[in-house]
Amino acid sequence: MFDGYTSSELMSIFAMQGFAGLSLFSVFVLMAMGLAIIFGQMGVINMAHGEFMILGAYTTYLTSGFFQSYLPGLFGGYFLIAMLLAFLVCAALGALIEWLMIRHLYHRPLDTLLATWGLSLIMQQAYRSIFGAREVGVELPDWMMGAFQVTDLVELPINGLFVMIIALSIAVGVYLLMYRSGYGKKVRAVVQNRPMAEAVGINSAGIDRATFALGCGIAGIAGAAFTMIGSTGPSSGQAYIVDTFLVVVFGGAQSLIGTIVSAFGISQAQSTMEFFLSGSMAKVLTLLVVVGILMLRPEGLMALKVRR
Amino acid sequence: MSAAKSKAKDFLLAVEGLTVSFDGFKAVDDLSFYLDPKEIRVIIGPNGAGKTTVLDLICGKTKATSGSIKFDGKELTKLKEHQIVHSGVGRKFQTPSVFEDLTVFENLEVSYPQGHSVMGALAFKRDRAVIEAVEEVAETIFLSDALNEPAASLSHGQKQWLEIGMLLIQKPDLLMLDEPVAGMSVTERKKTAELLKVITKDHTVLVIEHDMQFVGDIADRVTVMHQGKVLSEGSIEHVKSDPKVIEVYLGH
Amino acid sequence: MKNSSPLKWFGSREGLYYLALAFLLVVLLPLMLDPFRLNMVGKYLTYAFVAIGLVMCWGKAGILSLGQGVFFGLGGYCMAMFLKLEASTPEATAIQSTPGIPDFMDWNQLTELPWFWEPFHSFSFTLIAVIGVPVLLAFVIGFAMFTRRVGGVYFAIITQAIAAILTILIIGQQGYTGGVNGITDLQTLMGWDIRTDAAKTTLYFICVGMLFLCLFIARLVQNRKLGRILVAMNAQEMRVRFSGYDVAAFKIFVFCLAAAFAGVGGAMFTLIVGFMSPSFIGIVASIEMVIFCALGGRLSILGAVYGALLVNAAKSGFSESFPELWPFAMGALFIGVVLAFPNGLAGLYQTYVMPLEDKLFERGKGARAEATPAKPAAERKPKTEKTDDYDPMIDSYSPEKS
Ligand SMILES: Nc1ncnc2c1ncn2[C@@H]1O[C@H](COP(=O)(O)OP(=O)(O)O)[C@@H](O)[C@H]1O
Ligand SMILES: [Mg+2]
Repeated sequence: MFDGYTSSELMSIFAMQGFAGLSLFSVFVLMAMGLAIIFGQMGVINMAHGEFMILGAYTTYLTSGFFQSYLPGLFGGYFLIAMLLAFLVCAALGALIEWLMIRHLYHRPLDTLLATWGLSLIMQQAYRSIFGAREVGVELPDWMMGAFQVTDLVELPINGLFVMIIALSIAVGVYLLMYRSGYGKKVRAVVQNRPMAEAVGINSAGIDRATFALGCGIAGIAGAAFTMIGSTGPSSGQAYIVDTFLVVVFGGAQSLIGTIVSAFGISQAQSTMEFFLSGSMAKVLTLLVVVGILMLRPEGLMALKVRR
Repeated sequence: MSAAKSKAKDFLLAVEGLTVSFDGFKAVDDLSFYLDPKEIRVIIGPNGAGKTTVLDLICGKTKATSGSIKFDGKELTKLKEHQIVHSGVGRKFQTPSVFEDLTVFENLEVSYPQGHSVMGALAFKRDRAVIEAVEEVAETIFLSDALNEPAASLSHGQKQWLEIGMLLIQKPDLLMLDEPVAGMSVTERKKTAELLKVITKDHTVLVIEHDMQFVGDIADRVTVMHQGKVLSEGSIEHVKSDPKVIEVYLGH
Repeated sequence: MKNSSPLKWFGSREGLYYLALAFLLVVLLPLMLDPFRLNMVGKYLTYAFVAIGLVMCWGKAGILSLGQGVFFGLGGYCMAMFLKLEASTPEATAIQSTPGIPDFMDWNQLTELPWFWEPFHSFSFTLIAVIGVPVLLAFVIGFAMFTRRVGGVYFAIITQAIAAILTILIIGQQGYTGGVNGITDLQTLMGWDIRTDAAKTTLYFICVGMLFLCLFIARLVQNRKLGRILVAMNAQEMRVRFSGYDVAAFKIFVFCLAAAFAGVGGAMFTLIVGFMSPSFIGIVASIEMVIFCALGGRLSILGAVYGALLVNAAKSGFSESFPELWPFAMGALFIGVVLAFPNGLAGLYQTYVMPLEDKLFERGKGARAEATPAKPAAERKPKTEKTDDYDPMIDSYSPEKS
């Protein structure tokens, strides 16, 4: 597929597609982290995770509209506010859903999967009723437009860079929260031995809710990032759930580094191949390779030895 | 040692240099022991000594890092779980694991050593031989009257017996029991000891147990494990008076 | 085993349930509905094949596949390829730049039939492929996953990913597959025009016949020891393994069985509806098939048939009058079935209708005692699934125990 390109052209193409893939990478990382946190807590995939992301995207869209109409002077900073709001809205809804639905389904991971799928259908249709079926896009503030010119063939989009920095900072934050804080210790205690954790006075129901909310909140931030790379429609989220799950498993479910590495690998592979193949074949190849590897090595790239 | 090696053929089970490491932690560390046919061997040791892991290794639930397990001259470490079962090793787990939805009869029938392939299970018929085998085992495990009850309705002790019965009906040469009397009442313990005595007439048995009274009742020989290694081995009197054993296990 | 004569079985309670379904499908519906509606029912019934497979695979053995649409689609495409070739005679396609190949290939500048289309000139090959291709794929997936002890949520999502891959592939490779429109314009089956009302009615009855065949195969499996092992495996996989069973083999078997049913359903779908397209394969279509099974009652093969009929009828009803409400209804169905009625309609029937039946037919007591082994399945609470079959997250020995 590389016929007809000189090697320097190829380098530039790889670099360019690589940078273009950065935004996708950021969305993957954020989505995957939220998914992995929930997966770790309850051993289940939140099938509505993509819809939580889209909720974050709509929140960002509304915030940008609000700033444009009422606070045009502060428009340059709306994105930070939008991110915060996206997090809060999604986390709040997540907590509510946990209370209404998820907590009745612990120990029934497959049922949770179906129930959250039902939730995703409802959320999608709700978006369609509220925002219409048409896709919406946000306007970027001036400072996020444009790109750094690296060479005359290669340029680095500022918004992609910005989103990536946010994604990585959140990854660091999550790491600190899960492995260096009291909350993280409690989460792990509950995951490892629920009755024992309860016996030593940990409020496991509260931990469950907080964790589910946190995962959904991070999906909301992913949604804010998502507005940078595409327009938002009621079912834009659905396409991401399979990819994101593959990112999580491929990375080895518990390993944060693994998640980041696999998000990077999958997004880059897809973005690079897209240049040479049609978009759909790039996707097929990426998914096939990932599924193939997972069939041969189900524990993912970086897995721990586990007592079964 | 060399004498033991040369006799290797006569042992029913010969475990040599068995090691398993979990992320660098050696739960079982260069362990060797030998079982004679028809012997009752009890493994004792403090919690976390690696006793359950040894059974896991023998029955294939956990794969050994190194070492060998020879059963009746056959190397077990390379076999899959169901192949190990078919070569004559039965394993009872620490917590009773029976099929709660099925009746006692069906529980035993499922374990009957016939129709274990997919097609075999499709063609399997409940014939006289099956019914007789089930009734015979039910008699042994004191559950003759409960044959048609769902296993879920049994008491904890009865479930333990049922699981032992599920092993017996497989006609294994080696039975491995992980803490069979844990959580049993005094009368149930007595009956279990009786049961084990019956069983050992024609089986080799490897038992993990804590109750020293019970151990004294049944054991031919005792192996004491500590931190994945054999601490002491011999008759019950021998290990009871071994100062190392007193220090780490019996002394408290 | 327990019934001396087959006639007596029809008099038992279980036999009556089958008779009732047969009466509904063979007599009542054909009398009540016009050919168009009957054809719709036939289409819904093709989904029942998938639902029966899911009862065996998910309800009994606890293996949730979110990719049953793949097998349904493969069966359907195999049949569609045969019909398309029959419709693409050189005479019928004389206006194409390459006559004798399917029209969409010509539109996509293909000049000869791709090699994998060739064998579909033969009807017997097609019939074998309708079952063989789905089963082969199921075997490969099942072998790779089950021998490595992958199950639960992992298996569900991998199968979903496979559904995604196949859909994208079919849509992307228009020249070979007909793309997003699918394979359309199917006309005759070995010279027999399948578009007439009479043909459609005949196909409906063939579909009902095949359905009962699958029901009886499923029933055979569930009533044999094999069925008991599947259920036992779901609850106590470890114990089954250490009772000397090769658990992976049983899982592969039941997954292949479900794939075979789905393939047959897909082929019937193509015949009844007259075309096949990727929209019946993908993620959404596949997961909807699970709800057919769940609504009917995940442990009841008869329930699966009713589940498929009802959900699809409701879907058509809604999309005719309130299309925008259907996703809400569907979402609520998923949540409601899981939260409130985990045993679906069969479970409700068992708790509310069966006691009434008992009262009505006091004399039926004896017969019922005989029939119970066939249905007690639905009585059981769904097992709290074992999370421990493969779950790196539940790991008591993670490195940071410090
Ligand atoms: N799969 C495993 N992964 C990590 N550690 C394990 C695993 N299995 C056992 N261990 C560890 O090995 C040690 C021995 O466990 P076990 O054999 O259950 O002890 P016992 O039965 O003697 O009480 C324990 O410290 C346990 O934590
Ligand atoms: Mg133990």
